[in-house]
Amino acid sequence: MAGIGPLSEEGLVRLLDHKGERVEDSRFGPYAADITADDLRGFWRDMMLTRAFDNESTSLQRQGELGLWVASLGQEAAQIGSASVLRDPDYVFPSYREHGVALKRGIDLPEILRTFRGHQHGAWDPAAHNFHLYTLVIGAHSLHAVGYAQAMDWDGLVGSGKPESDGAVICYFGDGATSQGDVNEALIFASVNNAPIVFFVQNNQFAISESTTRQSKVPLAQRADGVGMENVRVDGNDVIAVHAVTAWAMEHARSGAGPVMIEALTYRMGAHTTSDDPTKYRTRADEDYWRERDPIARLEAHLNALGELPEEFVEAVAAECKEMGKRTREAVRSWPKPPKHLIFEHVYAEPHARVEAERTWFENYEATFADAEVAR
Amino acid sequence: MTATLPSQDQAASEAPTTVRTLTLAGAINAGLRAAMDRDPKVVLMGEDIGALGGVFRVTDGLHKDFGERRVIDTPLAESGIVGTAIGMSMRGYRPVVEIQFDGFIFPAYDQITTSLAKLHYRSQGRVSVPVVIRVPYAGGIGAIEHHSESPEALFAHTPGLRIITPATPQDGFDMIQQAIASPDPVMFFEPKARYWDKGEVDTARVAGQLGADAGASAGTAEMSSARIASPGTDVTLLAYGPTVRLALQAAAVAAKDGISVEVIDLRSISPIDFDTVIASVKRTGRAVVVHEAPVAFGTGAEIAARINELAFFRLEAPVLRVGGFHTPYPGSTHEHDYLPSLDRVLDAVDAVMAH
Repeated sequence: MAGIGPLSEEGLVRLLDHKGERVEDSRFGPYAADITADDLRGFWRDMMLTRAFDNESTSLQRQGELGLWVASLGQEAAQIGSASVLRDPDYVFPSYREHGVALKRGIDLPEILRTFRGHQHGAWDPAAHNFHLYTLVIGAHSLHAVGYAQAMDWDGLVGSGKPESDGAVICYFGDGATSQGDVNEALIFASVNNAPIVFFVQNNQFAISESTTRQSKVPLAQRADGVGMENVRVDGNDVIAVHAVTAWAMEHARSGAGPVMIEALTYRMGAHTTSDDPTKYRTRADEDYWRERDPIARLEAHLNALGELPEEFVEAVAAECKEMGKRTREAVRSWPKPPKHLIFEHVYAEPHARVEAERTWFENYEATFADAEVAR
Repeated sequence: MTATLPSQDQAASEAPTTVRTLTLAGAINAGLRAAMDRDPKVVLMGEDIGALGGVFRVTDGLHKDFGERRVIDTPLAESGIVGTAIGMSMRGYRPVVEIQFDGFIFPAYDQITTSLAKLHYRSQGRVSVPVVIRVPYAGGIGAIEHHSESPEALFAHTPGLRIITPATPQDGFDMIQQAIASPDPVMFFEPKARYWDKGEVDTARVAGQLGADAGASAGTAEMSSARIASPGTDVTLLAYGPTVRLALQAAAVAAKDGISVEVIDLRSISPIDFDTVIASVKRTGRAVVVHEAPVAFGTGAEIAARINELAFFRLEAPVLRVGGFHTPYPGSTHEHDYLPSLDRVLDAVDAVMAH
């Protein structure tokens, strides 16, 4: 890896090396001190489930069941590690690849695919999970997240010292998004307003085909230096380190101490989306290098070394993953085509004359077909 | 919401004292104040809107009276202003943001069209974003470039937004409160050349209608309705915002020539109140649309097309449009050549009468 720049290992916090051995870190080690073997197995299970869902979704797209799929392959530790520290009052603004975070927020993962099957643009109730809809406009949601965080502060949900109600926002985006004006404006607004927000950058090294080196000359976390924001770089394939760093950052934000930017250096092992061909822009050597740093394998090695990954647990998780795949496949194929009138629903909160006129026209048009089947 | 304004009954009994002579800017200011008094979730955001009171002083005094948490001076970043307002509205706040000038709205265009306009739809109604965007717009004030544009049609073309524009102080007072009460995102275009026009404003009227329990519906219905500003029988002259006064002047001049012009103040661009428009055109048989924005692909094009569809057999003449050219808004030396003038409006009226 390069010695300097956005792909370097400069300043990376790491608590588990790529062979699965624990590493000391005096600053963030304490935030992982309470992690039990049960917790570690839980991380492993969540990462396995996320990957199983992801793999099944990729297959479904290849089979023509989905219009597109955005894989999270390789980023499971960044997502599960960060989401594992979230509490109920915290609010998540994901980009569009945070399937592991969605799992941790209680979203029934197959539901995500309604969007990718083209049935609707957002399938879950954000308020029910404190997990906003996916946003496809790169970085646009970072500003929504800041506004939401400011409003949480106004509502007295920050820094009151009550862990049951104090919360903060965590906003996920990728390395490409850091080039967007909106993300830079979000950093400024968050900083000057001391908003309770953690910006979680998954530097997966590619914005579709462009290397992060086309987005930045410096580690991405340094963007926060320019606005006076606390920031940290973490090994994004180390679930323990991500957990520890995010635990610190969220506590910082929840306490009213202000925003934090985390850069998790990871690697997108799959394509950007199923429309993409990574062989055109990256080398086999790079892929091999990162395959050795697979976040799941790393934790697996650690658990095995500890003797904390019993065969029956592995089998149970394998069965769960198989069931996840089966349920995902069956769910997608079972969904009926949504009724046509949904086109006109919820454009506005209150009736709008133009929408109503066009709805009426369309209904009348549909009614002119003698055979209802023809119109379908 | 906490009702701090008089109830309808009280308002009626105190009516003589609630009518004030205000400029349009002053009326919008009073409307903002009334909404902020009524609902602590109403917050104002924008560049220079705090201690300065905005470059047009529309928020004058509000920072002093409501504090910096409710009248927020923001960083100089339009996308940031709109984007953070979206997040606030998701928590039940009602942000009213000011874009300092029409020509500076484009950095926020992405947030407005891809997020603000679509979140309600994308979430199947689960996420409401009742944000109001105030935009001082249109020309005629001798400003430099980017300070006199009329981009309303760009936003009206986007489903999910409501586009309204007051032409009188009373409407400024009423409609800003209706916009804030609306559960939909509303773009509130303020004709800056009319900011200093004075008129009588009943400051109790809408406050009574939009009292604590009135809900948002009544307000939205009214702000979407066109207003017959001056009745007539020969030609329907359709205007909004800055051109309403011009249309009324044209009607007065035409009357001397024996032409009876009905002036309709649209007030709402999305949706357009076509019930009122078509009913008028069916009475008069002739229509002229007047706006400052470039004619090509503009609001007038939509109106002319719709009149064709809905009133073709009642037309005595083709619908004509008077507006800006397909050029950037020119330097102030030439803006009066660019803008629709009284002569150009009267020429169009004469042309439709000649058919």
